[in-house]
Formats: sequence, C-alpha cells, structure tokens
Amino acid sequence: MGQTLLEIANLQTHFKTDRGVIPAVDGVDLTIRKGEIVGIVGESGCGKSVTSLSIMQLLPKPVGSIAGGSIRFKDEDIAKAGESRMRRIRGEEISMIFQEPMTSLNPLLTIGDQIAETLRIHRKISKKDAKAHAVAMLKKVGIPRAEQIVNEYPHRLSGGMRQRVMIAIALCCEPELLIADEPTTALDVTIQAQILDLMKKLNEETGTAILMITHDLGVVAEMCQRVVVMYAGKVVEEGTVEEVFRNPQHPYTKGLIRSIPRMEDDVRRLYSIKGSVPLPGTIKQGCRFAPRCEFAMDRCAAELPELVQSGEEAGHRSRCWLNG
Amino acid sequence: MTQNLLEVNELSTYYPIRKGLMQREVGQVKAVDGVSFAVKEGESFGIVGESGCGKSTTGRSLLRLIEPTAGQVLFQGEDVTKLSREEMRRKRREMQIIFQDPFASLNPRHKVRKILEEPLIVHGIGDAKERKKLVEELIVTVGLNVSQLDRYPHQFSGGQRQRIAIAKALMLKPKLIVADEPVSALDVSIQSQILNLMQDLQESFKLTYVFIAHDLSVVKHFCDRVAVMYLGRIVEIADKHSLYRDPQHPYTQALLSAAPSPEPGAAKERILLQGEVPSPANVPAGCVFNTRCPAATDRCRTERPVLQQTGDDHFVACHLYPAAGQG
Repeated sequence: MGQTLLEIANLQTHFKTDRGVIPAVDGVDLTIRKGEIVGIVGESGCGKSVTSLSIMQLLPKPVGSIAGGSIRFKDEDIAKAGESRMRRIRGEEISMIFQEPMTSLNPLLTIGDQIAETLRIHRKISKKDAKAHAVAMLKKVGIPRAEQIVNEYPHRLSGGMRQRVMIAIALCCEPELLIADEPTTALDVTIQAQILDLMKKLNEETGTAILMITHDLGVVAEMCQRVVVMYAGKVVEEGTVEEVFRNPQHPYTKGLIRSIPRMEDDVRRLYSIKGSVPLPGTIKQGCRFAPRCEFAMDRCAAELPELVQSGEEAGHRSRCWLNG
Repeated sequence: MTQNLLEVNELSTYYPIRKGLMQREVGQVKAVDGVSFAVKEGESFGIVGESGCGKSTTGRSLLRLIEPTAGQVLFQGEDVTKLSREEMRRKRREMQIIFQDPFASLNPRHKVRKILEEPLIVHGIGDAKERKKLVEELIVTVGLNVSQLDRYPHQFSGGQRQRIAIAKALMLKPKLIVADEPVSALDVSIQSQILNLMQDLQESFKLTYVFIAHDLSVVKHFCDRVAVMYLGRIVEIADKHSLYRDPQHPYTQALLSAAPSPEPGAAKERILLQGEVPSPANVPAGCVFNTRCPAATDRCRTERPVLQQTGDDHFVACHLYPAAGQG
C-alpha cells in the first residue's frame, strides 16, 4: 500500500443560494494514495464535482465556499491555503481536466503557447525550451504531427485531440495528482477508449495519481483501483472496485449496478430505482437515500447512519443501517 | 410473418455547404448516403453510431423534419417523401418523435396540460371535455399524476420531463415513434425507469420504435434488430443477438470492444482504432471506413462495398465477406 497523497476529512462545501445555504458536499472523507487511480461515482447533484473543485479551490466565489473539514495534501492542509499558495499548487502539484476541453482552452492562443504558459509559470525556462517541451508533451499524449499542431489553434482540433491537449497541459509539470472530471463524457466511445488508454499509460509511466470523477460505472470498472460512491452530498460506499462491484453493500450502489443494461446479459426488464435524484440540500435528516430505498425502515428517515466497515474486505465501508 | 411498417430505400440526405457573400453552394455534406432498412410492425429497431454518423439525420428524415435529398420512405406502403406538406402534417399523427433533451422540446411557457392537449387541437380531435379526459388518462399512463398537469416544464426533473415528452408523442396514438437518444441525458438510475416505461407502452399501444442511440448496451437491451452507421452509411445490420455475438464489420467490432464494461477485471481484447472519423464533407472513396480500418486493402480504397447477407438476418457492407454463393 502506497503512501497517502491526499486525505480529505469531513469536508463541508456550502453554496449560498436563494433557497438558503445548501450543503453540496456534506461531510466527505476521501483518501488517495501515491500513484493510485480512485473514482468518485454518482449522479447529478451528488457533490462529486464540487468535491473536486473544493480540492482545487476553484469554487465559484462568493457563492460556494469550504465551510469545514480539511484537505491534507502531503503535509499541508490546502483547504486553508491562500490564493498565492494555491496558484503554485495548481498545475505544478495538482492538475485538473474537465468534460468540455474547448471551454478550458483559450481560443486565441496556439496549443504550444498554452502548454508553454503553464511551464513558464512554474519552471524557469526559456521560451525556446518551453516550446520544445510542448512538442515533446504533445508526442507523449499521442498527437500526430506534433511539430505542426503546436502552432495550431484549439478550434482546428477535434474533441478527442483537444482532450489530449488538455492532458498534455495538465501533465507538463509532472503533478502528483490529476483530477479528471468526466474527461470522456463528451467523447465518442472509440475516442473515449483512446483517452482512457492514454490516461492509464501515463499513470503507469509517471506515477501520477488520478481522481476520476464520473457517472459511468463502466469507466470506473475499467480505470480505477478504488471507488467512492456519492449520493446527495455524502459518501454512501467505498472500497476496492473489485469488491464494490461484486459485493455492493449500500442499497443505492446495488440499485445503480443492477439498473444498467449490460451487453453480456439478456433481461426483459431492467431493475429501476424508484423516484428521482434529489436536489442538493432537500433532504436534511436521516439517510439521504431513504425516500427511494426499498429497504427503508423508520430509523432510516430519522437517523443518519455512519460510514462503517461492511462486506468482507478491509476498507470496504458503507453508510446503511442494514450493514451496521 | 409480421408486416413491414416502415421500409426505407436508398435514403439520402445532403446538407449544402455554402460560402461567401452570395451563399453559393460549394459542396455537400452527405449526412445520410443511400441508407436502406425495413422495420417490422411492433419491433424496436436500433440505429447506433458515433457523432456525425448520420443516425439523427436519418431519424429526422423519416418524418421529413429534414427533407431527404433522395430515396423512398415507405410507411405502411406509402412513400411519405411524395406527400404534400399538408398531407405530411396529417401523416405525422401516426409518426412521432421524441428527443434527447425534453426541456428543449417542451414549451416552457405552457403548462403540461396545454402541452399535451395541443396535438389534439391541431389535429382536430374530440371536444374540450374529451380532450381533457384523454390528457388526464395519458399523464397517468406515463407514471405522473393529474395534479401535475397544472405545472410548468421547469418544475419537473429530467426524467419526469422525458415522461411528459413521451405522453405528448402518444397523444395522437401513433404507430411509429422515432426515439432520438431518449435516455442519454438522464441519470443512470432514471434511464432504466424510462426504458421500462417505453417497453410497457410498446405493448399497450402496439408501438413500433426506431431507437437511435450511441450507447451500445442500451440498444442491445432495448432493440430487436440493430443497424450500425458510420459516416452516413449502414455498415452492418442484423438481429441483435447475432450482431453482438458475431460482429462482422471491422467498425462494429471496434465499437463493441471500445465500450467500457461495468464488470471489473473483465478481460477484453480491445481494438483501438487509429485516428478519428473523417469529415462528412469529404468522405473517403471506396469504403468510408478504410482510413481507420485495420484490415483495409486496395480494393477498399476504390470500391464501395454494398450490404450483403452473411447469415440469417445478418447483413454487412464489407469486402472481407464474400457475397453468399460466390464464396
């Protein structure tokens, strides 16, 4: 087991809205070890993206803010780090890529300039060296004709190529952690396969840990070693991917896994979880999943269960009164 | 033997590429290029492919929401491409469509009651009392309740909005529903609800679906037969069991192998395709897939393969497979 790289403890991220203060992330614990690929999986509004934005301190100010808890990165609580310190960390030690690479690239700068910009902010190198490094990075992420592409603008590239460029920018300073927020959701399956393959290869070569945020259980199964399942701002289950998929403990995880159609199976009807995904902050008491849970008891609506060891493997935990 | 409800022959839909001040036509995007298939009554027919393959344009061309450039669309034996505008408008009573984003297809200023009643008024069905009864029946059929009829679309979740869109499509008791990515925008736990609902409705309303999607496992689950499209053409078409068990076109094989499996440790031989889909404004000569195909030969670069039967209800457009009887 590797050294701990990032340790989130009891993270609370609040959004101030017309409806009052909404705890989008409500007491999340999460650990990532060096070189590990961890997935956060959940549906819209579960707080998975807000968790990642909290790590980077990229929450929309002043609406969103970290209201409690700590985010230990190596030996430092970066939840309390100031803006200038965060600027050193972003790109240098922790990088992030997003679902839509076009909105994260500057349309007015060439690909090369954008990679060089990141390099020159964090490393003292000449323009010429930065450009050479940019070409090398583009080659590393599998972009053909890197010497020409380096002088092109983002709109000239396809979605898959833009995501490769984003990965090149994210990894050019060799960060220890890459946060990937739905990195392949906007891409076609054959291109998704290429990008996932690339991310896995870079993880093996450089040892960069990856926090993969996704709604796609297939992506998690394929990429991650451990998975954290979130529902309505809380972690409801965590464990190794193998264990969570084969022996899910929380009724929500079970339901999710059962409700996806599989190419290998032939079932006439799919299992479905009743009801709809709650808006953040609407359920304030008890287990957040209780209104949709087929096993819910009186206790579930009144008291929030703790995240406790369940299942056979050490470190497999779930938040359910049935598994207490 | 069930009858064909829909027969599509050599359907092509081209978009003009215009340039300059005079908007002169300088070329064509062959979004759909000579597509043929038949859909039996009561069947769910799937069309899969990646973005830009022409699957949505095909769906819209069937209803002439986009005018096809050439070819026939026989609906119950009648070529709908020959109908006048007014005749086509009336024909759409029997041919409906639902879209990926139900928010974009529901008028945000109208209450659900009005949204559902509108098609009845347009087609002159029933009096006010009868229409009210029909609307109230259908909202319950799709799993919502009568009290929700007096709300606006924004007051519903994505899954509920898709239920409303389905109810709207069903108001006129159509025979055919073209469903264009109906569950792609929905959360995983909501997807299965909508798919189950659509299956229930198929039985109770005797519906035929043309189901367009990019998600291969959803299509496998939902459809009886499946066509795979690439760059405006159908490259393979087969019974779903045959297609998923024995994919024959190199593109179908790559597509199936690329889909991530929710089975951890599932040993999968992945075919990673090189490069990207070429622009549909400038399609490769011969087989459209030849630029990315691991098995392409000189013949593939010059001669366009046609669909030929390789098995029971299995057709593939690829030079690797000799036509039956030529061996």
